[in-house]
Formats: sequence, C-alpha cells, structure tokens
Amino acid sequence: MTYKKRLDGREIDEPRKIECKVGIVPRADGSAMFRFGDTIAIAAVYGPKELHPKHLENPEGGLLRCYYNMLSFSVSDRIRPGPSRRSSEISLITKESLAPVLQLEGFPNKVVDVHIEILQANAGTRCAGINAASMALAHAGIPMTDLVAAVSVGKIGDAVVVDLTKEEEDYEENGKKAATDIPVAFLLRSGKLSLLQADGKIPPEDMKKAIEMAQKACIKIGEEQKKALKALK
Amino acid sequence: MEITTITKKRIIEYASQGKRFDDRDLLEYRPISIKFGVSNMAEGSTEVSIGQTKVIAGVKLAVAEPYADSEEEGNLMVTVELSPLSSENFQTGPPDVFAIEMARIIDRGIRESGIVDFKKLCIKKGELVWAVMVDIYPINDDGNLIDAAALAAVAALSSAVFPVLEGDKVSFGEFTTKHLPLTKDVPITLTFYKLENSILLDPTTREEESSDTRVSIAISEKEGKEKEPIINAMQKGGCKNAKNSPLTPEEMSIIIDVAVKEQRKIRKILEDALEEKKQVN
Amino acid sequence: MEASEIKEKESKEEKEESQPRKIVVPGEVLVSGQAYLPGEGTRREGKDIVASKFGLLQIEDRLAKIIPLSGVYMPRRGNTVIGKITDVTFNGWIIDINAPYGAFLPASECSGFVSKRDISSYYNLGDMLIAKILEVKSKGVDLTMRDKGLHRVEEGLIITINSNKVPRVIGKMGSMVNLLKDSTGCNIVVGQNGVIWIRGNDIEHELLAERTIKMIAENSFVEGLTDKVKEFLEKHKIKAK
Repeated sequence: MTYKKRLDGREIDEPRKIECKVGIVPRADGSAMFRFGDTIAIAAVYGPKELHPKHLENPEGGLLRCYYNMLSFSVSDRIRPGPSRRSSEISLITKESLAPVLQLEGFPNKVVDVHIEILQANAGTRCAGINAASMALAHAGIPMTDLVAAVSVGKIGDAVVVDLTKEEEDYEENGKKAATDIPVAFLLRSGKLSLLQADGKIPPEDMKKAIEMAQKACIKIGEEQKKALKALK
Repeated sequence: MEITTITKKRIIEYASQGKRFDDRDLLEYRPISIKFGVSNMAEGSTEVSIGQTKVIAGVKLAVAEPYADSEEEGNLMVTVELSPLSSENFQTGPPDVFAIEMARIIDRGIRESGIVDFKKLCIKKGELVWAVMVDIYPINDDGNLIDAAALAAVAALSSAVFPVLEGDKVSFGEFTTKHLPLTKDVPITLTFYKLENSILLDPTTREEESSDTRVSIAISEKEGKEKEPIINAMQKGGCKNAKNSPLTPEEMSIIIDVAVKEQRKIRKILEDALEEKKQVN
Repeated sequence: MEASEIKEKESKEEKEESQPRKIVVPGEVLVSGQAYLPGEGTRREGKDIVASKFGLLQIEDRLAKIIPLSGVYMPRRGNTVIGKITDVTFNGWIIDINAPYGAFLPASECSGFVSKRDISSYYNLGDMLIAKILEVKSKGVDLTMRDKGLHRVEEGLIITINSNKVPRVIGKMGSMVNLLKDSTGCNIVVGQNGVIWIRGNDIEHELLAERTIKMIAENSFVEGLTDKVKEFLEKHKIKAK
C-alpha cells in the first residue's frame, strides 16, 4: 500500500510550517525558539562560564553540556517531571550534533550549558531542540564554524517523507508498525551529517534517499534560522 | 554580576523616598499579560508575563483512585520546576527546597480558597476520581516569580477543560468543552518584599537581590455585594541573598491591609483576560 | 596629519557611523577572492572568507572581520575593568570581573601601603574597584591598582552591559561618554568588561545616565546613533527642582 497523500495534506518533501525567534529568554546569554507545526522547542545558552565541580574541567578547551527536557504537559499523557532514559539519550545526541561546529579551545576549563525545553510535542522534538539550540549558541556569541539544522525524515508505508507528525510515527499497516523515524542533523555549510538515528525497518536504498531529502529540508530550515538571527535588532 | 552594595544602597535610598528605578510606585506591578492555550496537549495552559518575568503553567487531568480519607473527592497537585533555562541561578536536578516552597505556597493559596470543588471531581465514590496536576515552569526570571507562577496556575485552572472519559479511561488528546468545577473563590497571590524600611510589590531582579524578607499572601473575595476579602494562605520567606529578616506585627498589619486593597487590581486583570478569552471562543 | 587628511578621516568616520552594517551568521560567506584577508571571527575556506561567529561584518582595507554583538568578555592586558571583591586571601583579593575568568589583585599592586597582617582593612569583601589588567594567564587574570584613575568606588550606581557594546558607549576618542557626562553631570567610568560606574549629584541624574547607556547598548549599530542619543537626553532632561 502506498502512502501517497500525507495525513495532513503535505507533499512528501515538505516540512511543516516553520517559525523561529531569537532572544526569547532575556536573562540567558543566548536563546531561541524553533517550531515545526505543532512542535515547539525553546533553548537557552549560559556560558562560557566557570565550571563546577572543578574536577570536570578540561584544560584543552571548554566543555559543552546539553539538557533536553519535555514539559510535563507537552504531550497528551502527562510526563512526570524529571529526567528519563529517553531525555538523557536525547541530551547526549543533541550535544554530539552541535559539538562539531563549536570552537571552545579558547575557553579552557570553562563550560557552555545549553538548556532545551519542549513546550508542545507532536514528534520531531529532538530536531526542533537542536534547531533552537543552534540559533541560541550563535546568539550567545559562541565561536561557531557553522549553523546546524535538523529534521526527522522517515519511511511510512513505502513512501519516504520529511518531518513526521506523531500520527505518521505511529502509522500502522495490518496492525503492524509501518513507519521508521530518522532524525538527521546537518552542518549547513559543509553539508556533513552530525546526527543520524533510525528506529525501524528501512531498505538501504530508501535510507540513502531519506538522507538526501533530509539534506534538502535542512537547507530550507537553515534559511529560516538565518533569517531569525538576522532579524535581531 | 549580582547586585553590588553601592547600587543596593541607591535602590534602598530611592525606595525610602517612595521611588523606583523604573519610575513605578512601590506597590505598582509591571505590565501583566496572560495568554491562554500556549500548549495544546494540556487540558489548560497559560503563559503569564510580569514585565520580563515569564512563566508557563499547564494543567493535566488523569483518573485515579481517591485517597483513603477522601473517598468522594478528587485531588490536586502543584509542582514548580525551576528550570535552569530561566536563570543561571537554577540548577539541573530534582526540585530544590525553593522550588518546593514555591509550589506549596501556590498550592495552599489554591486549595484553601476552595476554588476547586473537589467533590465535583468525583466520578465513582471510593473508586475513581479526577486528579488535577498543575505544573509550573519559569521561562525567564526577572524577579517576582512567585506571583507570576501563582497567577499562571490560577489562570490555567480557570481555562482548563475535562478530557474525554470513556468508561474509566481517559482519551488523552481529546477534549470536552466542559470546564473544571471551580467556584468564584479565586485566590490572588501578592508577595511583598521589604527593603530596609520600605515595602514594595513586584520587584525586579535587582530589587529582589536588595530585599531582606518577603511575605506572600493569597486572598480571595467572598461573594456578595460587599466582596469581602479573606486570606487563604500566608508565607513569610527568605530572599535571594539568603536574608530572612524578622518583621514587627505592625509591619505585618500594614502588609495585610495593603494586600487586601491591591489584590483587586490583579484580580481585575485576570477577570478581563478570562472574559476576553470567552469572547474569542 | 594634514588638514585635508583630517577632514577626509572625519567624513569617513561619519559615513562609517551612518552605514547600516550587515549581520552575519556562522558559516556565511562574507567575501570571495584572494584580495581579502580573514580577520577576527572569520576564516578562509578556499576562495571564500567565512564567518566563524555571529555579529556585524566589517570590511576595511581588504580585511574582513566580525564585530561581535554578543558573547562574554575576553580580558586583554591593559584593559580597565570594574570588579567586585569576592574573597580576601593572605596576599591579595579575588575579584569578580563579570567574565568566566578569575581575577586576582595582589596586595603588592596597590598604590598605598597594605599591612600584610590586615589586608581586609585596606579593601574588603564586596568592595568595587576600578582596576587595570596587568597580565592574562591561562588560569586567570592579574590586576593592578597602580595607575592613574584606578581606585575603589564608594558611591553611585554599578550597571552591566554586554562588553561588546563598550566601544559604542565610549565613542570615538571618548566622544559618546563625554556627551553623557556633560549632559547628565555624572562621572562615568566604563570598564572594558561591560561594568560601568555612574556617580552623579543625585539619583535622578544617575538613572538618566543609566537609561541612556542602556539605550546605546540596545541600538549599538543603528545609524545616526549620536543624534538619537542627543534627542534622548534632551527628551528626558531633568527639570531643575
């Protein structure tokens, strides 16, 4: 069965409506909001700053720490506040997706903290978080070689699509899971990948196609991020 | 950089003349804005801004067994997560004692006012009741988080609706248009800050850092022509610089009198916002 | 400099101030070609000069560099900074200079005599000092008070702005800060670390200075800023009591 027309009427390579804004947390050194349709993420950056406890210090360069968290009411079934295995893993892959562009050698023994909160979730939250964090880091004046953009692509039925909704992630055929979710992040100028995850069956050729589609979508996302940063007064 | 002693001296000096750096009166609040429906998965959600201080609150409902000592009543839980996103002073990890204190101050204000009719949250006596969970997250801290958080919590409750219930299971993500069973006893929380000999409301970060102690008062108004104010809860607490100076009974009396008067202004802002929301819907 | 050269430089500076600068983002191509050189905040990639920071692009004499709009203060030798004493040790004071760098003022770098037995009687916890950076080391910064204009601050207001806005608040040859001083009657010392001391005849004038400085920091790359500042000062002039 082909999944031709998407449940919300989008084209297969069309991301949901994107909205971004920079500077939404005045107290932070840098901050931003990123939105894919119904999924809203905000990020705030504090740093470079002194690192405590001291034994975590790295004399070769600054440390990057990322914290991803979902608001308890961001999903339909309330999440008990506090870290979970899922949020710990997402915090890690968020950090790994951003680290390659940050130049923290000039800040030995210091730390840059990135805090991401998901206000509303309809899939693609880790990607929205990375997009918000990328803008927030730039806004904070952290030396960066590139901006990072992320989007989830996936295989639904036999279509490869961009920016899945929760409904699409949960898509089933004949009572069996028929959707694979693939979050991807790209360094915009170099065109290299800094994040790739996949959870489901997907033929190798479709995976390559998915990566290609993700890159195209990330270029569009990068344009929106750039616009938001340049709109700063 | 935290406030310096010389700036603090100026703030206190100016306050003793009844003036503030941003030209407000000592009892004047910064512009307050209340937005509803900021998180569409919640049964009710608001974003409250007081000046640059911004707080988001969400209400989630679930079904549960009632507590043994209140078989015909639903229950309420208020949580505050002081996310380090909103201030460099907050840490990651489980809620620290200040987050817990703030949540309990707000909880008492709501619970003791009687605004939530717990009996009407009963589905089946002794077996199934509604559990109401209010979760509050500051987004930007520029002083007076307690009042912003309390207002966000009450506004979120006032705008919350029941989710769809099928038998004894909730269909999360599906909402009814039925509002929570709330009475007209709406608690408004005002937190007073003392700077040496001056008492003020709604401090900015610098003013909070210059304070000696704070007193939160939750007040609701009894129905009827007179709209008699009644205190629901009070808490005297410490300030950011770890000070918690004692107060005289006279100072406490002044705070109570002022609270009774000033809460009407905040109440009106909330009522107007709820009215506007009704019109829009 | 010859009179005609001076005039040319002045009109060039005026033009510079009124030219709207372009905001660039990390990874953005700034200019292309071997004729250009990569300055601060940029790097060369092949024939392109690319931004390595968020900020304003400045191209002057073939040098492309980024003027940062945000980011922490990076201490430099010779900078005048304003800091707060956060600890007293046996031979000096630890100072918070509002940067992710520890700063230390050795007792030996004070202009007067400091009794080793009672260091805190000279300067104590919480005191605000106008100091100069002697040396920047990997573990922190060394300060000195032995120079003209360096002293403890007794009264007034201390405010902070992003250190990247400091050049605008000072202005070319101090023109902006002098305008502020004259219009508000306040003594103003602008630390390179973004910490500013204001001391006036009364709080109202100090607050006017603070507001104007905040306004400059928020509009640091707007065209015709000097005129806007003059307008602002005129508009908020304090009426004689």
